[in-house]
Amino acid sequence: MSLVTNPNLKAPDTAYAALLAAHKGMTEPESQALNARLVLILMNHIGDDAVLAEAFDLARSTG
Amino acid sequence: MAYDYRPFPYTAPPGLTAPEPRHKVVIVGAGPIGLALAIDLAQYGVPSVVLDDNNVVSVGSRAICWSKRSLEILDRLGVGAKCVDKGVIWKVGRTLHRDAEVWNFDLQPEPGHKMPAFVNLQQYYVEEYLVTRAMEFPDLVDLRWKNKLSSLTQTDHVTLTVETPDGPYSLEADHLVACDGARSDIRGMMGLDFDGELFEERFLIADIEMQGDFPSERRFWFQPNFHPGQSALLHKQPDNIYRIDLQLGWDADPEAERQPDRVIPRIEKAIGHRDFRLDWVSVYTFQCRRLARFVHGRVIFCGDSAHIVSPFGARGGNGGLQDVDALGWRLAAVAKGHDPAILNAYDRERQHGADENLLNSSRTTRFMSPAPGAERMFRDAVLTLAAKAPFARPLVNSGRLSAPCTYPSIGADDPQLPTLSRPGSVAPDAPLPQGWLIDQLGREPILLAIGQPAPKVAGLKTLELAPTPQLQTRYLGSAPSALYLIRPDQIIAARWLSATPAVISEAAKSIWKDRT
Ligand SMILES: Cc1cc2nc3c(=O)[nH]c(=O)nc-3n(C[C@H](O)[C@H](O)[C@H](O)COP(=O)(O)OP(=O)(O)OC[C@H]3O[C@@H](n4cnc5c(N)ncnc54)[C@H](O)[C@@H]3O)c2cc1C
Repeated sequence: MSLVTNPNLKAPDTAYAALLAAHKGMTEPESQALNARLVLILMNHIGDDAVLAEAFDLARSTG
Repeated sequence: MAYDYRPFPYTAPPGLTAPEPRHKVVIVGAGPIGLALAIDLAQYGVPSVVLDDNNVVSVGSRAICWSKRSLEILDRLGVGAKCVDKGVIWKVGRTLHRDAEVWNFDLQPEPGHKMPAFVNLQQYYVEEYLVTRAMEFPDLVDLRWKNKLSSLTQTDHVTLTVETPDGPYSLEADHLVACDGARSDIRGMMGLDFDGELFEERFLIADIEMQGDFPSERRFWFQPNFHPGQSALLHKQPDNIYRIDLQLGWDADPEAERQPDRVIPRIEKAIGHRDFRLDWVSVYTFQCRRLARFVHGRVIFCGDSAHIVSPFGARGGNGGLQDVDALGWRLAAVAKGHDPAILNAYDRERQHGADENLLNSSRTTRFMSPAPGAERMFRDAVLTLAAKAPFARPLVNSGRLSAPCTYPSIGADDPQLPTLSRPGSVAPDAPLPQGWLIDQLGREPILLAIGQPAPKVAGLKTLELAPTPQLQTRYLGSAPSALYLIRPDQIIAARWLSATPAVISEAAKSIWKDRT
């Protein structure tokens, strides 16, 4: 398996809104902590070192 | 009760009055590693001189957790039963975050092993037992207390100067083994330096005596309410002695922190009462570093002089005993005239072992003492999640306990046989109709034939065994029978479903080669 980089969300606007909603009312540090927990939860869900390595590369090489 | 430190007697060495003949092996340092090596060599009939600048065993408990593999090695050296009898056997480790348990592990190995997973035993007892054992070889182990190495030079042999209460003398040796600990003078004398990380973290380590009824468990706290923002460890030892490790932070002043008026209130908070006696206190700075190479001509580094790790994971003392295991039989062979190139195999294998220990212990240290920023954030996220989500629990790292590495091996292998016993691994123990398999292995190469007759190979010891359920799981897997060639250090060298005497004989010869 390799990292899915093509659109994969059925309703992108809804998913994005859900992400913002998860952060609603949080201070910046609280939001950062939430992001950290999210990353760990999603990493475990993916559970594939090769896919994760591709994701880390993509994240590092953008931004 | 407190340990009774009895000084070992100093006697004036012969070299003070007349030059001594060149020794085959001089070991510098009578810590657990130097002593174990001297006994190992003696059991091979090889004499050694052991120099130590001090004349008592380890002050303070220091290394307390001895792994199953270490116990097997100590058993081969003749002190295993004593260590297990005296030690506290434990198998449960609990990790707590803010006083709630987030994760626990049970080290109970499957049944059918002579030795338990771990025992806790103060380093001073292990050293005491080793000294007593070494003294059973008066012709082979020459223990010299209050003999401090002060200089050395190396040509085709090593020349050393040794300081004693009666003045200096000089010694010559074919090989010098540096077992002189983390601060190794020999490293300094040879201009060698450690590579690796020094973590900016300090721990207060204390032994206390109390009549508590704490269970024999390892307890580790992240950010406990009794020690906010830091971490703490509690471990039981024999004689009602408990070991408490408290993280201090890098800003702490080590001298001030070790004063009883600072230490006692902290411990009181940790255990909830003041009914204890302080036995020993020390402040420990973490390092995860090693020498680039362990063999430098005729000088060989072994134990803490070669590598140091942070204590969580018990990889210091245990890692050092595995060095002894990989060195003893090879050095004994060299002392009897074998090509010294075989020592390169020790160097290579133990660098591999040290790297595995360093990797594990620096990961633990990172988790315990995260750098500000992302490291800290993810660490805290893991701890917060762990209470609720099972997936996060294995990410909690309060120490990954010492386990022997599998050496990279080029010995013959068959993929049908179990991974657990692949070449390069320690031969797994199993019960036999009489006694234990582990007691039948080691000291010299042996061919194990399980479920088939052993091919006859000149000069090679063989052992034929009928399959038992444990031998089936640990050595055969789905195969009906197999052959295992096992080294003097109980490491599997090669294995086959079947093999001709010629093939086995070649493999047995290569045990004695530097296989690069
Ligand atoms: C405070 C503290 C706490 C520790 N806690 C743990 C723990 O919890 N778990 C763990 O696994 N490990 C722990 N360790 C590490 C563990 O003690 C070592 O890994 C172990 O002692 C290594 O054994 P060694 O024989 O290589 O060195 P050492 O035990 O240090 O022995 C070296 C010996 O060499 C002698 N020596 C030094 N220089 C000379 C010289 N010039 N001439 C002659 N003799 C010399 C010394 O006197 C000493 O006897 C701790 C260490 C310390 C200091």
